[in-house]
Amino acid sequence: MGKTLFEKIWDRHVVTDLPGGDTLLYIDRHLVHEVTSPQAFEGLRLAGRTVRRPDLTFATMDHNVPTDADRLNVKDPISKAQIEALERNCAEFGVTLYGLTDTRQGIVHIIGPELGITVPGLTMVCGDSHTSTHGAFGTLAFGIGTSEVEHVLATQTLRQKKPRTFRVEYTGRLQPGATSKDMILKLIGLISTAGGTGYVLEYCGEAVRALSMEARMTICNMSIEAGARAGLIAPDDTTFEFIAREDRPFAPHGEAFEKAVADWRGLPSDADAVFDRTLTIDASEIAPQVTWGTNPGMVVDVTGCVPEPHEVPGHSAGDVRMALEYMGLKPRTPITDIPLDTVFLGSCTNARIEDLRNAAGILKDRKVANGVRLIVVPGSQQVRKQAEAEGLDRVFRDAGGEWRFAGCSMCLGMNPDQLKPGERCASTSNRNFEGRQGKGGRTHLVSPEMAAAAAVEGRFVDIRAWMKENAYAAVS
Amino acid sequence: MQPFRSHRGIVALLDRANVDTDQIIPKQFLKSIARTGFGKSLFFDWRYLEDGASPNPEFSLNAPRYAGASVLVTRNNFGCGSSREHAVWAISQYGFKAVIAPWEDRNGVRVPGFADIFRNNSVKNGLLTIELSADEVQQIFDWTERQVGLEATIDLEEQRVVLHLDEAEEAFPFEIDPAVKDHLVRGLDDIALTLEHADAIAAYEARSS
Ligand code: SF4
Repeated sequence: MGKTLFEKIWDRHVVTDLPGGDTLLYIDRHLVHEVTSPQAFEGLRLAGRTVRRPDLTFATMDHNVPTDADRLNVKDPISKAQIEALERNCAEFGVTLYGLTDTRQGIVHIIGPELGITVPGLTMVCGDSHTSTHGAFGTLAFGIGTSEVEHVLATQTLRQKKPRTFRVEYTGRLQPGATSKDMILKLIGLISTAGGTGYVLEYCGEAVRALSMEARMTICNMSIEAGARAGLIAPDDTTFEFIAREDRPFAPHGEAFEKAVADWRGLPSDADAVFDRTLTIDASEIAPQVTWGTNPGMVVDVTGCVPEPHEVPGHSAGDVRMALEYMGLKPRTPITDIPLDTVFLGSCTNARIEDLRNAAGILKDRKVANGVRLIVVPGSQQVRKQAEAEGLDRVFRDAGGEWRFAGCSMCLGMNPDQLKPGERCASTSNRNFEGRQGKGGRTHLVSPEMAAAAAVEGRFVDIRAWMKENAYAAVS
Repeated sequence: MQPFRSHRGIVALLDRANVDTDQIIPKQFLKSIARTGFGKSLFFDWRYLEDGASPNPEFSLNAPRYAGASVLVTRNNFGCGSSREHAVWAISQYGFKAVIAPWEDRNGVRVPGFADIFRNNSVKNGLLTIELSADEVQQIFDWTERQVGLEATIDLEEQRVVLHLDEAEEAFPFEIDPAVKDHLVRGLDDIALTLEHADAIAAYEARSS
């Protein structure tokens, strides 16, 4: 019997089997950020332990950092203490840090691939649930808690129970205007935010193969929103071309790259590999998605309406009522009637260069609607630089948007960028949880294209119809 | 970590599904670089009124009948979302020793009651997560609503939850991963255990470099 991509990676990384059925798994790359690491470094210090492989450990700061022009001056004393703790810890334990002043600083899941830290066939972890993003390269990447961060720092391994496998096939091609964000939101709507718990998802099929690496990362990023810790996409020429492109200091080069590619070509799941679960989705039927509730599974086609409490699969009527009350929405309201105050273009889900290009394509020579605030936050300083070289920053500014520096920004509002109570936001991020973007803030998750069009119109529009009316051809 | 064998305490109810870690401990409390002090911020946005200090009378855990509760019973998919271990620290430091949530049957597929990373983080901190069937959890909800101050004994060694009802005792057996049980019962330090395999790790590194 053949093996799945997941099994091939897993088997390569078994250090030893542990009593009780767990596996001691070797970890090839460990990413670290300021929020989930201080207690782990402190634990090492208290126990007199060291970082086993500082050469495989990479740190950056993203969650706390301000994204305005005055960002080096971190005014919140507690955020500042956390940033300084990371600087101290990295210096003391010999870990490479992409700090605030570094030209390669950015959201941890965006800089990993940019720097060539992320390549196929690895095991990667980070004290952050969206580590699943890196699975787009055919690498087993998952989020861990702080105790596990400390464990990896000390031992370069993790004690893990083998997850099950879940294959999601997207047949056909996406319609113009529909994106990989809609593919993953559609899936979460179908299986709910718990449907992937205990599984590693593997996304495959014609629609997935046709996606760029940026778009693939968006899908894998939100695997955790389906409950799965990891999502995988088999590496192919698109993957190898991305790795060979641009300056990726940690990726293999020259002959080593050729050798690596030969190995990576053997990673995809064998034709006769068996998955524990499978699901097929026709990508050509996926409409742009908009969330209406307080978890990513509360989602509907843009052509749909806010549901009645009793008609949401996987949710009790009581839970839906609470969500609608929080969101300030009435059942049967058409999604395209929902007005917006804020549009946030950013986060590790959708703040790569292609996302910004797609959004800029829609905003070019247009203005943000009256009363709407648009914030554009590139995912890394590198993305920012590239966007400026292409003049995208001017498009956003001319449209009336704010052009920021890299960071998590309003994805979780741990920094100064937050929604005010009652404010309603179209967001390209990944979580519409209560209070996530600011206490009392109301989040609707959408693709960058949908967010940009919503900024122009001041309410949600079906981007497919909008593109026709505006004689607009999608860039990608 | 303290070994966990058996615990008896008051049961408290939180009647919500998909409780995410942003709710369990909102982001502003993640800035601390300490491992303690999170209990008072547990469920912050639900628990306190606008001023962030007065208890919200609508929130179930603020009910006087749940004062001193140490067994939390809630709905499915508890702890979803972010990997923040602060969520587990907050629950433990508030005083909970165990959380009970239902697994769900969806068209023959068993969907776990707890999100993966949350469950892992719980184990590392000696917080027991117990899955019962949806009917059993509903039963505990009904009994707890009826009997003020209802207590439960969580017997990890015997793998059962015993509800001390006025009229009788009712017990529900639960399943648990043997590795997790062993870890909790013995209160082990994972890193020390793994370092016993230092030779195997070094051999792996030699093999794969
Ligand atoms: S952008 Fe949002 S989801 Fe991504 S790492 Fe930052 S806070 Fe987490």
